[in-house]
Amino acid sequence: MAESTQDLLTKSILTRNPIALLVLGICSALAVTGQMATALVMAVCVTLVTAFSSLVISIVRFQIPSTVRIGIQIMVIATLVILVDQILKAFYFDLAKQLSIYVGLIITNCIVMGRAEGFAMSNPPVASFMDGIGNGLGYGFVLITVSFIRELFGSGSLFGVEILPLTSNGGWYLRNGLLVLPASAFFLIALLIWLLRTIDPNQQEKD
Amino acid sequence: MTHYLDIILKSIFLENLPLSFFLGMCTFLAISKKVKTAFGLGAAVLAILLISTPINNLILNYLLKPGALAWAGQPDLDLTFLGLLTYIAVIAAVVQVMEMALDRFLPALYNSLGIYLPLLTVNCAIFGAILFMVERDYTLAESTAYGIGAGAGFFLAVVALAGIREKLEYANPPAGLRGLGQTFIIAGLMAMAFMGLAGMEL
Repeated sequence: MAESTQDLLTKSILTRNPIALLVLGICSALAVTGQMATALVMAVCVTLVTAFSSLVISIVRFQIPSTVRIGIQIMVIATLVILVDQILKAFYFDLAKQLSIYVGLIITNCIVMGRAEGFAMSNPPVASFMDGIGNGLGYGFVLITVSFIRELFGSGSLFGVEILPLTSNGGWYLRNGLLVLPASAFFLIALLIWLLRTIDPNQQEKD
Repeated sequence: MTHYLDIILKSIFLENLPLSFFLGMCTFLAISKKVKTAFGLGAAVLAILLISTPINNLILNYLLKPGALAWAGQPDLDLTFLGLLTYIAVIAAVVQVMEMALDRFLPALYNSLGIYLPLLTVNCAIFGAILFMVERDYTLAESTAYGIGAGAGFFLAVVALAGIREKLEYANPPAGLRGLGQTFIIAGLMAMAFMGLAGMEL
């Protein structure tokens, strides 16, 4: 796989999006998208963890015996996630509370594991690092799109700042209750997948 | 007794892991094409949760919590930061032991589960349930009840989704929605249906 650094970064966002095409990492993608702030933090955390775990695993890839590689990958990822978790708790305690268990769940996020196993194990460190960032950005792209729609139309605000004045505060916008509910994330992602697959028919599933 | 029953019912219907917390989505969507495999997967998740939730509860209370190591003469030690690493190791161990036990005693079930069994280590439904148990400070009995409920909830959701998908085999959706897209929409509708149960109390 001889792709340029730029390709590694950009292709994962649209044409090889980890959520829409590969069905990876959906678990946390849906749960944190109620507000833009949490979605943004989650996207940053996942990007960092994916990039650095790919880097570390790629550096030590010749030393890892293949029989225990999954265990070693999990340990590398878990250590990085503990770091992220502790930093969040120390400096952004409110956000850490809101994200509750979903930061810990980055360990079991299939994107991180998938990139470690699928790319970092067979590619040099710099390329793996870029691939990790690219996939993190692809994940972040879906998260932020979904949370933008959910927060703007569900609560009339963006990043907690009121954009559409709500009727309950004397404004004109009647908020859409469905978008606050978890179920709406399913529909929005389904529509997003539909859109991406209509633009690029190669991604469509055959019967 | 009603307290425990309440925890079980709540975690099956109101706080269903895949449908209201989106946990275990990857397996939930990937292994719901056939009712038969979905059934085996659901049963495996239930069994693993039933075992690993109480074990992790014991580890948390007797090894990791601040002051938990008082029995070893270390009353000031706080090891909670090691939590994530410990829980995932315990889950991996339980999955491994279960795999060997099934291979030895129930080879038929073992073969039908195949690769999905080891993959349950990285299933967020299991990890998530354990993190919820930690966050909510459950006692040993409560966490066992929660393990049963959370597992049964996953079982119910995945078998129901597989049933619906089997029926949809003959439908003719737009090309872009085929497969993953329509599964998301079905899951969304199921999540809304489950929300209709909100407010149910014992």
